[in-house]
Amino acid sequence: MQRRSFSIWLIFIITLLSLAIALPDRYNLKFSRWGLDIDQVIGSPEININLGKVSIHKDFRTSLGLDLAGGSHLVFEAALDEIDAKDRERALEGARNIIERRVNYFGISEAQVQTSKSQDSSRIIVELPGVEDVDNAVALIGKTAQLKFREAPEGTPEAEATLPASLYGPYTIDSGISGINLDRAEVQFDQQSGEPVVGITFDEEGADLFAKATKRNINRQLAIFLDDQIVSAPVVNEAIAGGKAQISGGFSVDAAKQLTTQLNAGALPVGIKLIQQRNIGPTLGQVAIDRSILAGAVGLLMVAFFMIGFYGQMGMIAVVALVIYGLISFAVFKAIPVTLTLSGIAGFMLSIGMAVDANILIFERMREEMRSGLPWQQAMEVGFGRAWDSIRDANVATLLTTFVLFNPLDWQFLPRFGLIRGFALTLAIGVIIGLFTGVFVTRSLMRAFYRSKK
Amino acid sequence: MINWLKYKRIYFVVSGTLAVLSIFALVVWGLKPGIDFTGGTLVEVDSKEAIAVFEENNINIQAVQETGERVLIKTDFIDQEQAQLVRSQIASVAATIERFETVGPTLGKELLNKTLTAAIIAVLGILLYIAWAFKNLRYGLAAVVALLHDTLILAGIFAVLGKYMAVEVDALFVTALLTTMSFSVHDTVVVFNRIRENKEDQRSMDVTDIANNALTETMVRSINNSLTIMFMLLAMILLGGETIRWFMVALLAGTILGTYSSPFMAVPVLIQLLKRKQA
Repeated sequence: MQRRSFSIWLIFIITLLSLAIALPDRYNLKFSRWGLDIDQVIGSPEININLGKVSIHKDFRTSLGLDLAGGSHLVFEAALDEIDAKDRERALEGARNIIERRVNYFGISEAQVQTSKSQDSSRIIVELPGVEDVDNAVALIGKTAQLKFREAPEGTPEAEATLPASLYGPYTIDSGISGINLDRAEVQFDQQSGEPVVGITFDEEGADLFAKATKRNINRQLAIFLDDQIVSAPVVNEAIAGGKAQISGGFSVDAAKQLTTQLNAGALPVGIKLIQQRNIGPTLGQVAIDRSILAGAVGLLMVAFFMIGFYGQMGMIAVVALVIYGLISFAVFKAIPVTLTLSGIAGFMLSIGMAVDANILIFERMREEMRSGLPWQQAMEVGFGRAWDSIRDANVATLLTTFVLFNPLDWQFLPRFGLIRGFALTLAIGVIIGLFTGVFVTRSLMRAFYRSKK
Repeated sequence: MINWLKYKRIYFVVSGTLAVLSIFALVVWGLKPGIDFTGGTLVEVDSKEAIAVFEENNINIQAVQETGERVLIKTDFIDQEQAQLVRSQIASVAATIERFETVGPTLGKELLNKTLTAAIIAVLGILLYIAWAFKNLRYGLAAVVALLHDTLILAGIFAVLGKYMAVEVDALFVTALLTTMSFSVHDTVVVFNRIRENKEDQRSMDVTDIANNALTETMVRSINNSLTIMFMLLAMILLGGETIRWFMVALLAGTILGTYSSPFMAVPVLIQLLKRKQA
């Protein structure tokens, strides 16, 4: 008997915990009734633990996918065939890190940059929740941002700073200074013209090279190239020590900011090309959320009515177990966190159906045992025992499919498609939690509360 | 006990006809692939004026679909420069872009290949698992026959929907197909478990009678379970968003097929297989 009340307490505690985590992130509870004025923001708890050097911080937030929150999903293909086979891995990883630094410019906390390899191509996937100005984002991320300083041989007449006929035009000599020698870049405003410029500070080696290059080229042009396109070709008046320079190219403030970000993040070691983009506006996502919640609520109500109508008191217990199931699932989604997408919600809905199935299997079994003459207490225990085989085998088959769909080991021959993964993940979590609530929770509740009239 | 298996010829004829019709639809019309598979561009805006923007830029428009206040335009794949141009022009005709997707053509082909691989692996995995769990390959084979039956007919239904209602298949459809597979097996396993259990309890009994018993005993559960899933799916179809409607329809059709095929396809096939062993 003691073990039984222990189970009930365990379920109670798990439910309370889940409820706390599953609460809306921030919800303003405000009402006045019965002479009480309540105005309080309630929300899921944050965990802050400081134990000497160890500090644990965890907050629980619902993380919504791009199709629900709005935003951009960009897939770039890296031109790795330009690079030696042995350096490819590093180049791709380097590109990813640089893109991540560039993306931070947007200040999005949940931006994600991942690499993905497929038989013959390597990709970088960028997820930017909430970003609406896609073109700006693509321009910022997609540029290689290779900075070069080039010189023209002695005696070359002064040229216009426009696109040269051949690749580097008259600027045939590489001064040896590039983006690698940069310490930092920042937006400045030219003191004479007031136009935005990009001020750069070289590192030690760069400063040295720059001083030498300017000394070599007094009264001649030193051209600045960005991704092999000329930006400007100022005439050098005197040797510049101190390692500071200015790039002026008729920038707008935004363009100057963008270039600054790119230079600070570093040049991409490999060229990338946009091969896929999905952009979802914020209203479309909100509509989808509202509708899914409504549909989910209506669907659940129908299931509840059906279960209670068909199985009476047992059905009631199943519905309680189902509510607990919903709370735990949602809490797990927030705790991991699982990014919820439309397909993920669909997977979850399907798992509800499968969770209910465990109960239906058990109840049908119980009824059968009762028909064959067993008293209800025994019929209940036998029913749970016998139904378990079916429940286990059926759920393992489902988990097997979700495993293939989710592809957790990143096998290259299987799809690693966000949409499909989201579906598989929520379905798998749902099935596992469904096993717990459908069998353990229902059984404990039945043992504690169910009393048959027969 | 109801003698379900007495009518197995009828089940085979029904399933056979549906399967043949599905193959016919798939061969003659085929599925209508969406941009996930073919590559292309999909734009959802709130004004029809956006269509003109694509025409002016000589971008081949494949389809235009109006859904209430919104217009869905599908075109060939365009690169980033064109996309940028189109977007700024659409914004200038005062239309809000709700969705803008472009998928490169190579990506589509890759998804198709990998999905097929995933499906084959899932089927093999299920076959092996059931053969192992039931210590008999015949159970696995019968479950897979039912599973293929469901998948084939579901694909056939979407070939017909593609022909008459211009419904496209996308990555979500693939998900639905794979889910149908796992649901079909889920349902079949429950009946098979019962057959195995009854076989152990009543060794002297004929397999057909054992199967009939098992079917009678699991029928209510099977229907009730499907009903609860169908409630959820119906709610999603009627109230859920436009984007996932056909996905939900596919899941609903899959659920119905999966429920039907367990008693009327998997079990008769299993009995045929088990009897052949005895003879």
